[in-house]
Amino acid sequence: MTNDSELLVLSSSPHVKHKNNTRRIMLDVIIAMLPALVWSVVMFGWRPILLTAVSVLSCISFEYGYQRLMKKPTTVNDLSAVVTGILLAFNVPSTAAWWLMPIGAFFAIVIVKQLFGGIGKNIVNPAIAARIFLFVSWPSQLTGFNEPITDAVSSATALGALKEGIIPEGLTVLDMFLGLCSGCIGEISALMLIIGGVYLLVRRVITWHIPVSFLVTVAVLAVIFPQAGGNLEYMAYALFSGGLMLGAIFMATDYTTSPVTYKGRLLFGFGCGLLTVMIRYFGAYPEGTSFAIMIMNLLV
Amino acid sequence: MENNSEKYSVRSFLGQLKSGIIEQNPTLVQVLGMCPTLATTTSLTNAIGMGLATTVVLAFSNLFISLLRKFIPKQVRIAAFIVIISGFVTAVEMLMKAYFTDLYQSLGVFISLIVVNCIILARAEAFASNNKPLPSIVDGLSMGLGFTCALCLLGTVREILGAGTVAGISIFGESFQPAQMFIMPAGAFITLGCLIALVQKLRTVSAEKQKAKELAAEEAADASEGGNDQ
Repeated sequence: MTNDSELLVLSSSPHVKHKNNTRRIMLDVIIAMLPALVWSVVMFGWRPILLTAVSVLSCISFEYGYQRLMKKPTTVNDLSAVVTGILLAFNVPSTAAWWLMPIGAFFAIVIVKQLFGGIGKNIVNPAIAARIFLFVSWPSQLTGFNEPITDAVSSATALGALKEGIIPEGLTVLDMFLGLCSGCIGEISALMLIIGGVYLLVRRVITWHIPVSFLVTVAVLAVIFPQAGGNLEYMAYALFSGGLMLGAIFMATDYTTSPVTYKGRLLFGFGCGLLTVMIRYFGAYPEGTSFAIMIMNLLV
Repeated sequence: MENNSEKYSVRSFLGQLKSGIIEQNPTLVQVLGMCPTLATTTSLTNAIGMGLATTVVLAFSNLFISLLRKFIPKQVRIAAFIVIISGFVTAVEMLMKAYFTDLYQSLGVFISLIVVNCIILARAEAFASNNKPLPSIVDGLSMGLGFTCALCLLGTVREILGAGTVAGISIFGESFQPAQMFIMPAGAFITLGCLIALVQKLRTVSAEKQKAKELAAEEAADASEGGNDQ
């Protein structure tokens, strides 16, 4: 994450560095995201691939272009821009207009990442910030979920229904878990995201602390304060709906914007979970995961 | 600070104008008066209205504070300044309500809040209270114009990106979907941050160029001197 040519690097632990560290980690993250991407193709057809490709290409070109323009060493090879690009595409519905991707990529890479000093120095997760930027700027584009190809499910999103205090009609917990529902490209299948998460755990790219404390906090709060249906039933819906899994496994665990110590990570996950539930219950929007992670990012 | 001996010339007038608008721009360089800057720049029209209202208040309050500078006791000067400033703000507010009702309604409470705009108190304290009336009114005008320019810049960028219009006139046609975030508070902070960064970059670049020029000139002078010695 740090430039090897720097003579003296002042940073909090960990101090161990390796030249290919970032690249290897990012490659693992990309591999871990593939199941979810494949699943979105199964559900929505080829459009997710198109959006992801546009997003990744824009992220890479903005990173390369900015660093050339500012005469800084190019770090495109570390693949972090690719990860940001995929995550950004994961956060939009498959119906979103393609031109949203370059705009989001510009925001993520140039404004959130490079203007703050590049990789390892950004204060919030670029993909999250770009998602929020797109979401706040073009709300209709980011909430226009379409019916998945394979299975006709309810048109209203599960979270929208839950917010109004009803259990989504025709959507079982199993559907939600497997991803037989509408939603953003990368967030629909909890199963595929968990497979990716387990791969990251096995490869020791992430530790269990943030995802587990994040999800457990949401689960406990959902059991205690269900908005609809039975306690456990509501908990299952709350866990598998929206971008919670994607956020907990891939976005909250970003190295730059999450704590270094294990205790810190547990606390970070708890904060994310608490804020997610608070925003889902009392906020203006049905989903709060991205806002919660960004707020916690700022506290790190 | 007080220099009664020097005569006020066109040259010092231009110098003050340049300092207020560019070198010491109250918004982009001194970073003063952030509240109206962030809150009222949702469109170019609002920005111009806010900027000009502030300029009028700034010029008149500077003039009167300068005229009264020998009568205001040091101990209560801030209170006295505020009384003078709020008098002009009230006048401007009433005039706007009478003649520019739309603008008055869209700016709302921020017109009254010109009273607490720190640019005005800063210029009163730092300039008008120990300078003659003429330089003071010019200082007020140039600082006000600097503020207006910065607001217009911010307002234009935000209006184009956030609404697709300039001063209410659509420029991209019907199909353009503007990024609504730019007319929200978050957009104000992001745009202002980027603008200040850009201005600072330009300032450092021009300062470096200036330095390089001076260095080159010095070296040339040294070289020619050396040549003369031989």
